[in-house]
Formats: sequence, C-alpha cells, structure tokens
Amino acid sequence: MRPITIKVGIIPNADGSAMFSFGKTTAIAAVYGPRPLHPKHKQISDKALLQTIYMMAPFSTTERVRPGPSRRTQEICKVTREALEPVVCVEEFPKATIDVYINIIEADAGTRTAGINAASLALADAGIPMKDLICSVAAGKIGKEYVLDLEGKEEDATDCDLPIAYSQRMKKITLMQMDGDMSVKDTKETVNLAIKGCEEIYKKQRQALEERWMK
Amino acid sequence: MNNVQKQYLLNTISAAKRGDGRGLEDFRKMEIETGVIYKAEGSARVRFGKTEVIAGVKMDVGTPFPDTPDDGVMMVNSEFSPMASPKFETGPPREPSIELSRVVDRGIRESKTIDTKKLCIKKGEKVWMVFVDIYIINHDGNLIDAAALATVAALHSAKMPEYDAKTEKPNFDKKTKKLPLSCKPITVTVHKIGENFIIDPTLEEESITEARFTVATNDKGNLCAIQKGGVTSLTTDEIYKAFDLSVKKGKDLRKLIKG
Amino acid sequence: MTKDMLKNERDFVVPGDEIVKSMDYLPGKHTFREGDSIYAKGLGVVSISGRVVSMIPLSGVYTPKVGDMVIGEVKEIQGNGWVVDISSICEAYLPLSGVRDYIDTSRTRLDSVYAIGELLYAKIGAVNSADSVHLSMQDSRSRKFNGGRIVRISPSKVPRLIGKMGSMINTIKDKTGCRISVGQNGYVWLDGENIELAMQAIDMIEEKAHKTSGLTDAVADFLGGKKK
Repeated sequence: MRPITIKVGIIPNADGSAMFSFGKTTAIAAVYGPRPLHPKHKQISDKALLQTIYMMAPFSTTERVRPGPSRRTQEICKVTREALEPVVCVEEFPKATIDVYINIIEADAGTRTAGINAASLALADAGIPMKDLICSVAAGKIGKEYVLDLEGKEEDATDCDLPIAYSQRMKKITLMQMDGDMSVKDTKETVNLAIKGCEEIYKKQRQALEERWMK
Repeated sequence: MNNVQKQYLLNTISAAKRGDGRGLEDFRKMEIETGVIYKAEGSARVRFGKTEVIAGVKMDVGTPFPDTPDDGVMMVNSEFSPMASPKFETGPPREPSIELSRVVDRGIRESKTIDTKKLCIKKGEKVWMVFVDIYIINHDGNLIDAAALATVAALHSAKMPEYDAKTEKPNFDKKTKKLPLSCKPITVTVHKIGENFIIDPTLEEESITEARFTVATNDKGNLCAIQKGGVTSLTTDEIYKAFDLSVKKGKDLRKLIKG
Repeated sequence: MTKDMLKNERDFVVPGDEIVKSMDYLPGKHTFREGDSIYAKGLGVVSISGRVVSMIPLSGVYTPKVGDMVIGEVKEIQGNGWVVDISSICEAYLPLSGVRDYIDTSRTRLDSVYAIGELLYAKIGAVNSADSVHLSMQDSRSRKFNGGRIVRISPSKVPRLIGKMGSMINTIKDKTGCRISVGQNGYVWLDGENIELAMQAIDMIEEKAHKTSGLTDAVADFLGGKKK
C-alpha cells in the first residue's frame, strides 16, 4: 500500500471531518448531522436518510475534470452509501438526514476507497452512533504478483481492479466491485489481500482518531 | 443570526474592537502554502483564521475565441462545496459562487497579470487555456479575499506543461516554464458595520455587514477591479476610504506571494 | 476488573471496540450487545457502573430529552406558535399553550412576544416520535435573553460544565461574578464583567473534560489565580 496520511477534524464548521490519503490520492470528507431533512417528502418515517455526495475537484486529475456530477460519480455515491450504511445506526434518527460529503482533491487511482476511509472517520468524528469503522482498499494482480492499493500507473497493467470495503469487527464486506479478467481462484486471492490491507488501515484509522481526541 | 450575538458584535465593533481582540483593520492569522495539489499545474492553500480555500490551476490546449485569435484563454470557477458550511447546498453554482469567480477573474484580467499573447501556440487555431478552480474547504468569512490570494499564489507558482507538437496536446509529464505573469493583483474587501469599516470579517461578522466593497489593486497601487455588494448604499467619502484601506492592506498581502 | 473486561474506565474506544465479553454485564448507553460481548456504539470513553457498561460519547448532535433546558433561536412564526431551532436532529415547536401568560391572538401579534432571531431559554416539554419536539416557557428559569453573549460547546461536554449538583458551573459563576445559563443542547449564555474569564474556563473544560479527572479543582485554581 502507498503511504497513508490521515488528519481528523480538519473542517471546523462540520460536525465531523477527516482527510485520508493513499500516496498522492487525497479525499476530504465532511459529515453534518443527524439534522432535520427538507423537503419533507424525502423523509423516511423509521430511519435517517444517509446521503453521500462524492465529487472530484477539477484540479485533481492530470486532465481537468469538468465540475458537476457524472455517471461515474453518481455510481460511486451509491456504492459508497451502501458501504457505510450497514454500520451506521440510522434507525435511531427517524426522518432526519446524515449528510456525508466526499471531495477528491488529488486523484491517482483509489479515489473511491480513499473517500470511504475518509467518510468512515468523519462519521466517527461526528459522534454518529456506529457499530464499526469501515475500511476500504483496492487490490489487483500484475503479472504473477498480487498488488495492494493500485496507483494510477498500475491501473493499466493490472489483470483486475478490485476495490472492497470491509467491517473489521463483523468480518464482513460492505462493498465489492471488480473490473478485469481473472480466474475465480486468483480473484479470491485478490480479495484476501484486500482484506489484509483493510486490517492495516483499521489500525491507522484508530490511531488517528485517538490522536485527535485524546492528545 | 440570533439577536444576542448580533447585539454583542455591533457593540464591540462600534467600540472599535473585534470579538477575537483584533483591530478593525487587522487580518486574522494567515497561512499560504503553494504546491499542495500534486496533479495541478499550480496550486495554493490559503487560510485566514478558520477560513480555508484551495485554488488549483490546470492547463489545456484549445481554440481561441474568434475575436481574439492570438490570445490564450483564462477561466475562473469556484465550488462552494456543502462540506465547507451548512449554508451551502449541492448543485450548480449559485449567486455567491458565481460572483466570487467573476470578481477574482476581473482582478486577474484587468491587471493584465497573464500575458495572454504569450499563451498563443498557433494564431487562430491553438492557444493555451488556463483554468483556475477554487474550492472552499471551510467558510468562516472573507471568501473573496482568500480565494483571490490563493489564485494569485497558485498562478505564480505554476509550471506549464510542454506543448507536444506531434500530438498537438500538452505533455503533463514535463512541466517546466512558468506562466507569463507580470503582476500580483491583490483583492481586499472592506465591510461596513454601523459607522465602522472592518476587513477580513469572520462568518458572524459578515452576517451583520450592511455593505461590502471589494477592490483589486496591482503592484503600482492602481485600482483594477471594484465590486460593491450588499443592499445598503455608501457615500463617496466612505467609498474613498475603502479605496485607501484596500491599497494599504493590499501592499501587506502582496509581500506574502513568492515568485 | 475481571478477565472478561477488555477495557478500563475512561479508556478511549472507537465504534465496534469490544468492551467486555461476558453475559454478567448489561449494555448501558451508547453500547450494544452481540453474542456474549458488549461493544462501543461510537467514539468515546468507557464508563463502568456496577454491572452496567456504558460509553460516553466525545461528540455528537444533541438528542432532545423531556425536562432538559435548552437555548433555541426563533426561526419562524406560525399561526399557533413558534418554530425554534435547537441545533438538534429535528426542529422544535413552542405552542401558544407553552407560554406563561395567556395570549389573545386577536389582539397580540405573536412576533411581539417572541420575534425571529430571539433566543429563548426553554424546557423540552414533550418529545413525540423523535421528529417533533415541543417546548415550554413555563419553568421559572425560562426567559428570553437580552444582551450578554452566546458561546457554543459540544453537547457531550455539558454535563461536565454543569458538574455534580452544579458544582462546576457554580464555581465559575462565583469566581467570575457572571450570570450564566447553560442549555443542554450546548449553548451557553453569559453576562457580566468577567465574561472573557468565564469563557476561558469553559474552553478549558471543553478541551480537557474527557482527558482528566479533578477538573473542578483545576478550574477553580485557574479562576482563583486570575481573579481581580
């Protein structure tokens, strides 16, 4: 994995926030809530709405990205929400909303995984009741080697790009996607490597949260 | 804002003081850091107290505007991400974001900071395009001045990609020359509260502002761009006071830009 | 501490941290049981009281409880009451029936009683189905604030600011001579000569509350040293 940098509590206005970097990929996440949800027709009567909005800054990539949502970012919003929701206690806040904003300010592959890691930290930082932290990393295979946390240059060389999100305590996977062409056996190996990566990330997340709050 | 805090701020400012102990004409603790975004051609992070903005400069090769066939193109865009404040919403830029982009743009353009003729590759066909994108990270007031400062710092620290004549595209792996820049325009916004003028307001102070006056000045101390905001009207004396304050404070800020 | 107890009192925990693996303990506030174990349901510090294992969160939005005094801002005036923002998971409503004096709506405009932007010290009268909170101004402490200053702290620190039987807040009031009203939703109103000093004491509590014990004495020393 590339070197990981984490800073928690970087946006004073937000209820919770965090910055997470895998090498030169940097995501900033801010959480507001639980707070009242308008318009009323969006409210869910028995739980809070978890809204995740993922955006890329135009200056984050080699070729400038036009501002605004794209089909790719909308898909990432959805899978990110589904990666986080299993551990967030949304049933404690009926009709409210928990807003998670993820902004990628530097993109060198692994942006959705950096985003999920930042969002998980921001949710914890905000004091939102959660049953676990979520960790996320992508893995692949280049030649004979299994590779963890692909960077931009490696994305073209790899047999597959497999991001996962993982709940450490429950030992369950909350997100999995795959692009590529790989045997079932190799895919299973890749998944195992990604899970090991998540275990490392969990330790770093924990450490960053402790530093923010207890020192 | 609630009445208690509003009254407290009005009282302190009319006594020529600020909530955080500053003078009316003092900036908050300021930080500028350039080169913070790896993939951008130029970038800068500016903090005024708790306000934080990042400006990123990206370049590309494109066609010039028909009426200026040998000039490069500059565009300024800003993103008021809802992560920065509970007041911001998702969606396309609203008025405050558009106004900020245009005011920052005007300061750079009217001061002729970028020598756009030097950005011409082939007249009428190919020119360099300079995109400035401003991202608000945390909103605690005075976004325009912070964004303008970040933009100028980002432009001055930027390195242009080389032009690959074969592919007719920029080569982002080779960033060598600096942008053709001639000046460091600085924007200072003055806010009227009661009978007093303050600069660099916090978000709270901004919400009791009656009118604001933004002035961009160049290295010579000339005015390049002006924008009045807010619904209260100002006398010419008040406006001239704002001119003087902007020029004076602009000099201090200009010293912080390297290169 | 038995061998099943994995965390000590005041230990830092993250969501999902296992606190104890035993059916002899009961899950208290901000914890949950799965199988034999009790886990932390958020970021905070462990608190053990007899057989009840709880977690004290370090941050988090205020959750309205009946009987709490809160400080809210009037946001909207409706036909039969006021919508009040208490910075919580839902908005609060002060009905006409919640006001001390009778108001004849045919003669009195509601905004002359409480106008938009005014701050009220109100009591949570009722919490219906977690999305509607009703306020009351009938408590003897209830009033509209005039003058003074408002500061905001994390709602999770309010119990430490008040202290056991009000010990901490009374120490601050005595040593600074300020009038102070604390809202359970994290808003604090102050008025008096030494507001700056009182605010410094409040900052100290917010900064250190979860890290140290003996805070009441530390604050008293700090204020004692600075007292004019």
